[in-house]
Amino acid sequence: MAIVLDLVVQLGQMLLVLALAPLFAGFVRKVKAHLLRRQGPPLMQPYRELLRLLRKDVVLAHSASWVFRVAPYLIFATTWVAASLIPTFATGLIFSHAADMIAIVALLGSARFMLALAGLDVGTSFGGIGSSREMLIASLAEPAMLMVVFTLSLLAGSTQLSSIAASLQGPEVGLRFSLALALIGLVMVAIAENARIPVDNPATHLELTMVHEAMILEYSGRHLALIEAASFLKLLLYVSVIACVFFPWGIAIAGQGPLAYFGGVGVYVAKLAAGGFLLAVFETAIAKMRVFRVADFLGAALMLGFLATLLLFVTLAG
Amino acid sequence: MDRLALDVAHLFAGGLVLVSFMLLYQDRMTGLVNTFALHALVVSLSVAWQAHIQHAPHLYITAAIALVVKAIVIPFALHRIIVRLGIHRTIEVVVGIGQTMLAGIGLVALSIMVMLPIAAKAGTLAQQDLAFALSVLLLGLLMMISRRNAVSQVIGFMSIENGLILAATGAKGMPLVVEISVAFSILVALIVIGVFLFRIRERFDTVDIHALHEFRGEQP
Repeated sequence: MAIVLDLVVQLGQMLLVLALAPLFAGFVRKVKAHLLRRQGPPLMQPYRELLRLLRKDVVLAHSASWVFRVAPYLIFATTWVAASLIPTFATGLIFSHAADMIAIVALLGSARFMLALAGLDVGTSFGGIGSSREMLIASLAEPAMLMVVFTLSLLAGSTQLSSIAASLQGPEVGLRFSLALALIGLVMVAIAENARIPVDNPATHLELTMVHEAMILEYSGRHLALIEAASFLKLLLYVSVIACVFFPWGIAIAGQGPLAYFGGVGVYVAKLAAGGFLLAVFETAIAKMRVFRVADFLGAALMLGFLATLLLFVTLAG
Repeated sequence: MDRLALDVAHLFAGGLVLVSFMLLYQDRMTGLVNTFALHALVVSLSVAWQAHIQHAPHLYITAAIALVVKAIVIPFALHRIIVRLGIHRTIEVVVGIGQTMLAGIGLVALSIMVMLPIAAKAGTLAQQDLAFALSVLLLGLLMMISRRNAVSQVIGFMSIENGLILAATGAKGMPLVVEISVAFSILVALIVIGVFLFRIRERFDTVDIHALHEFRGEQP
């Protein structure tokens, strides 16, 4: 019986992230538009975009190989699996026994690898530029993310996100400077990975400094819909990781009954709204940086991750 | 001593290491001086908190000296010097922020590895103070050797002194007279360095210390 309940929770969570991801992106766009004194598209616009793209025909370049056609499905699948591993409203997900936080980083890394391959596949110069820049960002963002993961794992004594969230909720943690450093580092990584404003501009289509859009320029129809859905999911995933690790209050602990689960969903949606609002304010307040400054930006994130781990050793020794 | 008090002490001392990294990261003169003021502010907060938890009232005076002299007077004087030298708008060409950062991380790891076993018997607070103080000191030295501009070297030198104050706070029984004399020697050093800066500028038309190397015939 317990297994059935766990399975239901897991499935509910998978569907919840899939359903909420476009809404979250639409919410961030709406808040950004309001901050600029504009009306902005309706909240449901991302869903409509996805539906429209799904109905359209796929236009393939003559030089496209099978890699180009397979990549969108793999990117979407790996991102969705990674997103379903994160305890959004309840801990004790059944999948989290199979994969820990390092596996999530690896899943996201393989999604990025396939996206970069697809960008190179058609052979346009724009796709090549996008792929090479994406790899530049990834080579710094991934170690930074891993250092943050190590900090959290050292503190919680586990690499499983469910256990980390549960143990950081406890009174044992206290006031940790390392956690603050890890939070800032993770936010910087999230901004770079999701192509948000200081690093890349998600709203533009034709600009010489763009990274993510340059790679997917050749995609159309359902392929583009899958890639767009994957990038919505990825944004939601990072916000959920930050919410469940650094602000774990209100998550339903496994075995608390259905009422706790509904409460968990409510708290989760409230956290997402807060996170989306902060993201929109940050993006409106800051200007995009030059591509060559991105290395410094992510280098700082990596440095914060290292520093968080090192400082943790001092506390653990005492 | 309870957990929370220790954690707050850890927060301030760790924050000082972080601000040292921010000093390494800054390449604008005005930003550098402002970050140095933040450095001094964090050190004075750290000292004040430790005065509170160690019940050592003379440390409050140390904190006040650090606050007034190094967070207000010296940054103000440095701003004046920078404006008068006409370098307040220049962006310093720092050789490889990434490499400097990595070297800095290595230094922090080194000082933690060295200090934790050595100071194991001195108590948790002194142990972490010493480890962080050595990190700040080494980062200041790193800043002095990685920068070419004389003003940033001066700031590196001053940040070393902040590390020393942190170390002295952790050690019990540091007499107040030493603190005061150190603070005044820093002020005197600032005056001497200021005079030197203008002399260098007069002689070479720049405060880039590589001009000095060339003058001595060391390297092109």
